[in-house]
Amino acid sequence: MTDQPAAGTLRRTSLHDEHLLLGARMVPFAGWEMPVQYAGIIEEHQAVRRAAGMFDVSHMGRFELIGPEAAALLRYVCTYDMTRLSPARGHYAVACRPDGGIMDDVYVYCLAEDRYLLVANASNAGKIRGWLRQHGRRFRVEISDRHTSTCMIAVQGPQALERLARVLEPDFIKPLKPRACGEIEWENAFVFASRTGYTGEDGLELVSSAAAGPRLWRALLDAEVLPCGLGARDTLRLEASLLLYGNDMDETVNPIEVGLGWVVTTDDGADFLGREALLRARESQLQRTLVCLKAQERGIMRPGCSILRSGRQVGKVTSGSHSPTLGGSIAMGFVPPELAAEGTELIVDIRGKPLPVRVVPRPFYKRPRAAEERNA
Amino acid sequence: MVIPPDLRYTNEHEWVRVDDGIGTVGITDYAQDQLGDVVYVDLPSPGKQLSQLAVFGEIESVKAVSELYAPVSGEVVESNGALADKPELINDSPYGEGWLMKLRLADEGEIEKLLTAEQYSDFIEREAE
Repeated sequence: MTDQPAAGTLRRTSLHDEHLLLGARMVPFAGWEMPVQYAGIIEEHQAVRRAAGMFDVSHMGRFELIGPEAAALLRYVCTYDMTRLSPARGHYAVACRPDGGIMDDVYVYCLAEDRYLLVANASNAGKIRGWLRQHGRRFRVEISDRHTSTCMIAVQGPQALERLARVLEPDFIKPLKPRACGEIEWENAFVFASRTGYTGEDGLELVSSAAAGPRLWRALLDAEVLPCGLGARDTLRLEASLLLYGNDMDETVNPIEVGLGWVVTTDDGADFLGREALLRARESQLQRTLVCLKAQERGIMRPGCSILRSGRQVGKVTSGSHSPTLGGSIAMGFVPPELAAEGTELIVDIRGKPLPVRVVPRPFYKRPRAAEERNA
Repeated sequence: MVIPPDLRYTNEHEWVRVDDGIGTVGITDYAQDQLGDVVYVDLPSPGKQLSQLAVFGEIESVKAVSELYAPVSGEVVESNGALADKPELINDSPYGEGWLMKLRLADEGEIEKLLTAEQYSDFIEREAE
């Protein structure tokens, strides 16, 4: 089996017909035919910042790991110590090569002591499946690919939980704290839900059987959740300074350089892929670091634009766009550590035109949080 | 997709309306729909000389950047200042308030080289296939 379809054919999620009914503009993305927008990127972006929106994220890889050594395998392939996860909790991490280069960034959920769900990027799903199977041979664990049998919908926004409570049992949703997860039966289908997301807003990510997906999607539409495409997903995650694999990180980048040292656990002494390289990276002087940039004039930074200081190229933009919430252009990019201080003034080359930009604190956008979330 | 019959079109999706030797230029309804939400437009200053199909500016939506092509040769007399603060006018009213610039035509004969509404309609139908 392979994730790469024959040339010219794209995989479709179980919600494909729903997208067409809604008049979505479909685009190829990581081998899948996905909605980039329905009503318009800015309207969808604002719906998620102000009310509630939903995204078909079924293209993301989903693997179920079952067995007495599932946690041990996850500890070995992830930088974060997943053996710390108690059931019904999730955590973010990266999977690294032995040299510390990032294979993928993943979310791992503990469903039970011997049962985990790992969510990988669509573009890396095939690679991660091979990686898990290769390293899984040494562990008592069974790895099941749930990419085709399930679908995944992210419901995000300040009103997300309230609107979800019109669809799923409110008593199930209410106790889910940030990064918590659980499973519930809904209309004779199993639904997995986690209080996580990729937009900087509150909300849940749902996984259900592919067959139940269209019903769940329609129930959410009836609950006034606005369908949103990959376009808004990208501007939302950029405002929240959440990294995108393939843009802000890849196999030539280590987690320390991109500010992901917090998901690298070394104090448990356990061996994991990349451990030695990441210990060295932590102790040595960084060559580059990922910073947040805000344009000081009109013009839009895009991935690949050069970052200049005193006329000399010092780095490159990895993600950049217009920010609907802040106005103007925002970006992330690599610069040498001595140019990473807040307030540092730099120039970004926009197709030959110099755009003055400033290093600003990360993240660009932070939602107002409820007290119960801060304590979680 | 709206394609007013009285305008002439480029196959880069600009339109031009000529009135008393002055051409008003914008992008078509089809172009704004393809681009999505426009967030920035870079336009030439008055006095700039343009030749037919020369790049005169750039338009950026949230996702994409496109170059703008002059439908006819001439001297820029005005660019739409309202777009600096409200680039969304291009999406809301591509043939009206979302116009881009006006230029004094150097050669009115060039109009005949542009597509008619009917030809442009056929052109975007073929492009969509």
